[in-house]
Amino acid sequence: MNAAVAETDHHDHGPAPGLMRWVTTTNHKDIGTLYLWFALIMFFIGGAMALVIRSELFQPGLQIVDPQFFNSMTTMHALVMIFGVVMPAFVGLANWMLPMMVGAPDMALPRMNNWSFWILPFGFGMMLATLFMPGGAPASGWTLYPPLSLQGGMAFPFLIFSIHLLGISSIMGAINIVATIQNLRAPGMTFMKMPLFVWTWFITAYLLVAVMPVLAGAVTMLLTDKFFGTAFFTAGGGGDPVMYQHIFWFFGHPEVYILILPSFGVVSEIIPTFARKRLFGYSSMVYATASIAFLSFIVWAHHMFTVGMPLSGALFFMFATMLIAIPTGVKVFNWVATMWRGAMTFETPMLFAIGFVVMFSIGGFSGVMLALAPVDFQYHDTYFVVAHFHYVLVPGSIFAIMAAVYYWLPKWTGNMYDEKWGKIHFWVSTIFVNLLFFPMHFVGLAGMPRRIPDYAVQFADFNAIATIGAFGFGFAQLIFVYVVFKCLRGGEKATDQVWEGAHGLEWTLSSPPPYHTFTDQPIIK
Amino acid sequence: MIGGMNLQSGKITLPVLFLVPLLMFGFGYLMVPIYNVLCDITGLNGKTGAISISEASQLTMDEERLVKVEFTGSLNMYAPWQFRPEVTSMMVHPGKQYSTSYVATNKLEKPLIGQAVPSVSPGRAARYFNKTECFCFVQQSFEAKETLDMPLVFIVDPELPKDVDTITLSYTFFDVTDKQIN
Repeated sequence: MNAAVAETDHHDHGPAPGLMRWVTTTNHKDIGTLYLWFALIMFFIGGAMALVIRSELFQPGLQIVDPQFFNSMTTMHALVMIFGVVMPAFVGLANWMLPMMVGAPDMALPRMNNWSFWILPFGFGMMLATLFMPGGAPASGWTLYPPLSLQGGMAFPFLIFSIHLLGISSIMGAINIVATIQNLRAPGMTFMKMPLFVWTWFITAYLLVAVMPVLAGAVTMLLTDKFFGTAFFTAGGGGDPVMYQHIFWFFGHPEVYILILPSFGVVSEIIPTFARKRLFGYSSMVYATASIAFLSFIVWAHHMFTVGMPLSGALFFMFATMLIAIPTGVKVFNWVATMWRGAMTFETPMLFAIGFVVMFSIGGFSGVMLALAPVDFQYHDTYFVVAHFHYVLVPGSIFAIMAAVYYWLPKWTGNMYDEKWGKIHFWVSTIFVNLLFFPMHFVGLAGMPRRIPDYAVQFADFNAIATIGAFGFGFAQLIFVYVVFKCLRGGEKATDQVWEGAHGLEWTLSSPPPYHTFTDQPIIK
Repeated sequence: MIGGMNLQSGKITLPVLFLVPLLMFGFGYLMVPIYNVLCDITGLNGKTGAISISEASQLTMDEERLVKVEFTGSLNMYAPWQFRPEVTSMMVHPGKQYSTSYVATNKLEKPLIGQAVPSVSPGRAARYFNKTECFCFVQQSFEAKETLDMPLVFIVDPELPKDVDTITLSYTFFDVTDKQIN
């Protein structure tokens, strides 16, 4: 820890010139920027894959791609969006903001920070290269259930090793975040004085450290089953394919909270700022986040109701899952109560944050429906599930990331972004994202299966609507790129506080902040 | 409560942080034996019970009750055998030992090794279905074009829930010639 502090002393002269700055940097702001750009690029790659899927589903019948490639697209779209967009974007935000929010000079382990980022492009390079390999990219779905996932072409080992790399990257990132929060807080900043974005990331980082290695273990077992003669999941050798699903979802369910908890933190920062009130129920927010994280470890089998389990197991996982609605409800209540009688203004970050609260709740409600074991037999593997997790991930996590970028962009660049185009971006995105995902509830309840390139003709109209929504939402994100570039090039100068109602250490720094901040730690009273 | 904790006292060291992922990697592997033990104890997953002949002889026969036991056999993908039960169903008294067999024929001109994997349906009947002898206990070696008659001796536990009147025993035959694991 002390090494990090000492190091900043002898190059406090700003960034090194040239492109090598970005390769060798150990500065948390540079690395945060790298993560965010990486996530943005991957967002468009993953989005292009989604548009291939939606184009094929525009009409019933097979018209554009063959089914194998369609399945590759669903698989790769998920892997890219989860590991390449949402997670790196949140790690980028953490890198930029955590040291500034807790009054630390940098992340606790700056060199490891550089390494965590630079592993990612190589991991994804390997994963995306499978698209061009004989036999095609992995097509078994992102969950990689055996025996199907073991039957692919030569892409399989590349996929496994790329997952290993992404896992190492996010574990190192998480260790860095835990060490920073635990050890580098400014004097006087007790745990219960930390901003909620710091708290949610603190808990998320512990989840990452705990479950990413389990995924690494599961995919390593797949690898040895295929190439080294083990039989973890091969029934003929005494193994059991169902066991993979248990191990995978033991990782997979905490993983979905890894994707959403930092969003809760972002929204808990933004809503008080624009409601000009303190966050309602700060400590209940902290405990709710911790409860959600704990519960995430004991609900995994609700992904597997139809795989078969005894009645007592189904009941346990059903009730444990529904229990999660309580801390989540506490959070939504607190956000609404924060806005209650606040002096609200609706700048772009606030619009995205309110959009998050409303549309994440829709995804939460369909989640409670899916938690009911008896009806899950009807919903399992249908578009209802697709609608559910896209509502919590797109107008959920992605909207929270957008909100965070609009919220902190003036701080990062020193320029205000274009408010008019920000608002247009929000409204166009919101309209099209609902056009895209809401009809999926209906076709799902009516029985349209997911991951199939063709469907019965009665689903045609809703699918056509969803495809229009997908293209609208996809192209609306070009507005975001335009706003970000415009803001980088100039604009109205931002004040240090940027937003009238903003509180916290990051707003005491100049906009943009100097390359090295808080080399002398502030004292929190 | 952590709320009152001073930040300086809560320092955490790196070795601890790196140890957690290492232990969790191990835990992923530990789930394999945990899973198998749980399935053995509870009979989940259709895993059948195995008992010794002496244990089987201590069960008392329930002459009042007749349970239908159905036999099915199927091949895993690419398993080059013909595989079928000798009889498709039997009426049995719980507590009495019965024997039957499955017949498999190697369709290839080369030796093969096969492994049968059992499953019992309904799942909650699985732990009451006990085998004293089964061809699934070991791998079966076939010469080219050889046909084997593979015996199965079983006994249904009299404790079998009263509402179960049919038990289906299914075997899937796997080709394990390339990977001989015991």
